[in-house]
Amino acid sequence: MKKTKADPKGVLTGAHYLDGDYAIAEGGLAAGCRFFAGYPITPSTETAERFVERIPYVGGVFIQMEDELASITALIGAAWAGKKAMTVTSGPGFSLMMENLGLACMMEVPLVIANVQRGGPSTGLPTYVGQQDMMQAKWGSHGDYEIIALSPDSPQECFDLTVDAFNLSETYRVPVLLMTDECVGHMYEKVVIPPADEIEVVERKWYDGPKDEYLPYKPDEDLVPFMIKAGDGYRFHTTGLTHDERGYPVINAECQNVCVPHLVEKIRQNADKIIRFEEEETDGADVVVVSYGITSRVAIPAVQKAREVGIKVGTLRLITVWPFPEKRIKELAGKIKAFVVPEINYGQVVYEVERCAYGQAPAIHVPHCGGWVHDPEDIFKAIKGAVK
Amino acid sequence: MNEEVLVEETDEELNPAEDYLRLDRFPHIWCSGCGIGTVVRSFIEALQKSKVDLDKVCVVSGIGCTGRVAGYINLDSFHSTHGRAVPFAVGLKLGNPDLKVVVFSGDGDIFGIGGNHFIHTARRNMDIAVICVNNFNYAMTGGQVAATTPIRANLSTAPYGNFEYPFNLPYLAEASGATYVARWTSLHLRRVTKSMQEALTRRGFSFIEVITPCVTLYARRNRLGDGLNLLRYYYDNSEIEHGADTRTLDIDYQDKITVGKFVDKEKPTFLDCMNNYLSEVIGDEYRPYGVK
Amino acid sequence: MDIRFSGFGGQGIIKCGLITGKALSLFDGKNATLTQSIGPEARGSACSSQLVISSDRVLYPYIVAPEVLVCMSQESYERYEPDLRDGGLLLVDEDLVRNAKPRGKTKMYSIPATRIAEELGNKIVMNLVMLGFFTAITEVVSTGAMKKALPGLVPSRSLELNEEAFDRGYEFGREALAGSEKSEEALV
Ligand code: SF4
Repeated sequence: MKKTKADPKGVLTGAHYLDGDYAIAEGGLAAGCRFFAGYPITPSTETAERFVERIPYVGGVFIQMEDELASITALIGAAWAGKKAMTVTSGPGFSLMMENLGLACMMEVPLVIANVQRGGPSTGLPTYVGQQDMMQAKWGSHGDYEIIALSPDSPQECFDLTVDAFNLSETYRVPVLLMTDECVGHMYEKVVIPPADEIEVVERKWYDGPKDEYLPYKPDEDLVPFMIKAGDGYRFHTTGLTHDERGYPVINAECQNVCVPHLVEKIRQNADKIIRFEEEETDGADVVVVSYGITSRVAIPAVQKAREVGIKVGTLRLITVWPFPEKRIKELAGKIKAFVVPEINYGQVVYEVERCAYGQAPAIHVPHCGGWVHDPEDIFKAIKGAVK
Repeated sequence: MNEEVLVEETDEELNPAEDYLRLDRFPHIWCSGCGIGTVVRSFIEALQKSKVDLDKVCVVSGIGCTGRVAGYINLDSFHSTHGRAVPFAVGLKLGNPDLKVVVFSGDGDIFGIGGNHFIHTARRNMDIAVICVNNFNYAMTGGQVAATTPIRANLSTAPYGNFEYPFNLPYLAEASGATYVARWTSLHLRRVTKSMQEALTRRGFSFIEVITPCVTLYARRNRLGDGLNLLRYYYDNSEIEHGADTRTLDIDYQDKITVGKFVDKEKPTFLDCMNNYLSEVIGDEYRPYGVK
Repeated sequence: MDIRFSGFGGQGIIKCGLITGKALSLFDGKNATLTQSIGPEARGSACSSQLVISSDRVLYPYIVAPEVLVCMSQESYERYEPDLRDGGLLLVDEDLVRNAKPRGKTKMYSIPATRIAEELGNKIVMNLVMLGFFTAITEVVSTGAMKKALPGLVPSRSLELNEEAFDRGYEFGREALAGSEKSEEALV
């Protein structure tokens, strides 16, 4: 992995008062994204608006496509042309992107998609918060693959994690999802953008060996194949079909059982390097509140209140939601009485916690179907109920 | 006129095509008598004649019989998803404006599932070429009715014959904003080659429709005979009419096919417009994109 | 401290929140989280922006019962006043909100912000008059920070006019405070 410093052209160094959507655009520009294809959808559009306003001064392309199918597909093309590329969307658009999210995984193309989640299903609550696409992020496209998804809890993290999303994407040749939500997306807070030379940017894993020996899908030691770009004379082929190391379609079970495990294992075997979470006071805790995004902030008043009444509560905030910190959840499950999992949906990540707890501790869900964040009182009640 | 067509096909030896094909992927999947191979051959000849830098040519296909073209041509080639070859090509072109991007796909792919992408990309005069092999049906999936199927033609999802109006592709392309529009049949190999050559060397959105026999499904189901019978039909029924009004180019079942180059005009491309406009309104601070 | 600015679309209600939030978080060393009511309920009629201010990190981003409510339209007054915390401050444009009155322990201050803006030559700066007034009455944010926050949030060609509008509102607020202190003393 080759690290460089951010190109100062794209970095708006300084302290700003920005909303999460704008911060995502700034994160992309800072990370070196110079191609944005998108389709307007509430509550994510401000990211596109910011990008298109800034890009003429930075040098790059913004194009408003005819739909989200086209947006993500154009990203894949641009990535093959050598660009860092991103788009932003919300529920309905995210659903449309699922088709070619699969293509990006299959072709092993780095790109970043931010999903500013709103209430669903269908058109749902366009202008209000939801965290209902978390499982879609994991499983949304057909077939087996692994993905990386991050969840920022503030405009500052929208900036920071967008940079990280690009870095992870380039490191693992995989699409990375920034799963934020309407609340964080539309919330203004202070965002500090460091000087360009303090922002680390991962360069694509370019191949530089002899041209006739290049194999676009031959895994390197870290399982990630080297990449080249269109127009460099490699005359390579890539396809959404099951393929061999040359990138040629091979339509049989044998090839499928090499191709698919590769897509999955390059993430699973690097999971420890990818996974990030924040823990507080989990040592000796009876209850651990697992949350992510805006809900992890709303849960804190509940945790504080529970501690005031003498309950030993720890917190685990997921920064990467996918891959999931399976090992840590398993360890904690052996030591605590219960997990409490508030999320703005009717039960998604809670089932992953439950799975990883292996029956050692229950995972208690605090549901909210969207439109608003939790009342901390509801989370408090769940914590209290968990130690009864 | 039709004499001329036949003469054209025989008056010149073609150069060996091996260098342009991935021979390690042969035999190809196409049926014998299928017209796709001949269109590929024209494309290779156009590549040779136009003397474009082959390292910079990208071929993008979608899904379908024609969708396999990207797999056989030995250039940077991309086999994308069904209907999405055009937006994939848009990304490639905008990602690196030095590339010459060619979409090579079928009628079902480009105009069925991908129709919306086609019209918007033509509207923007995106600097790419779209070659559409039109065999009047969805062949890869076993011969279903398509957006191009003539009325009365029989297909597996139109077992009593098709009763829907088909697209007139050149008209659709022109109305959407394409700056180069041609239609040929796979009988007009040299004409196809010439149009492809033009598309490879000009700037702007070029569209070439090549009507091609699908012997296994379309022809068999409609009892039209083998590949030769279909070429015979093209021979007897195609009329070259350059500059024809594209509104008049509908194709009725086993009826006249007007072919020719209908549109060839210059207009600033998407990137020209972007750079010119933003330079004008923003001034010196604008960083032009993809301009040397 | 929770604050709500409210009025109707086009009055610069969101700007009020942005300027104050930026002033507090970039120049006054506070944490200020701004949310806004958008969507169907914000089209045309009542419109509001909310600020949660804290010296620690803001956790719960929305406000429930604000301590300060600024109303710049009749409709927003009727809609949001009942939520004002007991003992809270109500700031109104006296020409746009009729029959406004304090309730329980709430305190009310009013200003003819639109009229003052018109005197300055442009009604559009009424939100800055109101912000000056707000700054004087509430003292939650420093005037220096508010002035520093303006560039980038008001058009540069009208920066001076906006500053002037802010100053006029601020002076009006200082006087109103002095006046009310006197009357309170008189009551004592
Ligand atoms: S099915 Fe038809 S279109 Fe497909 S390869 Fe065979 S003849 Fe060609």
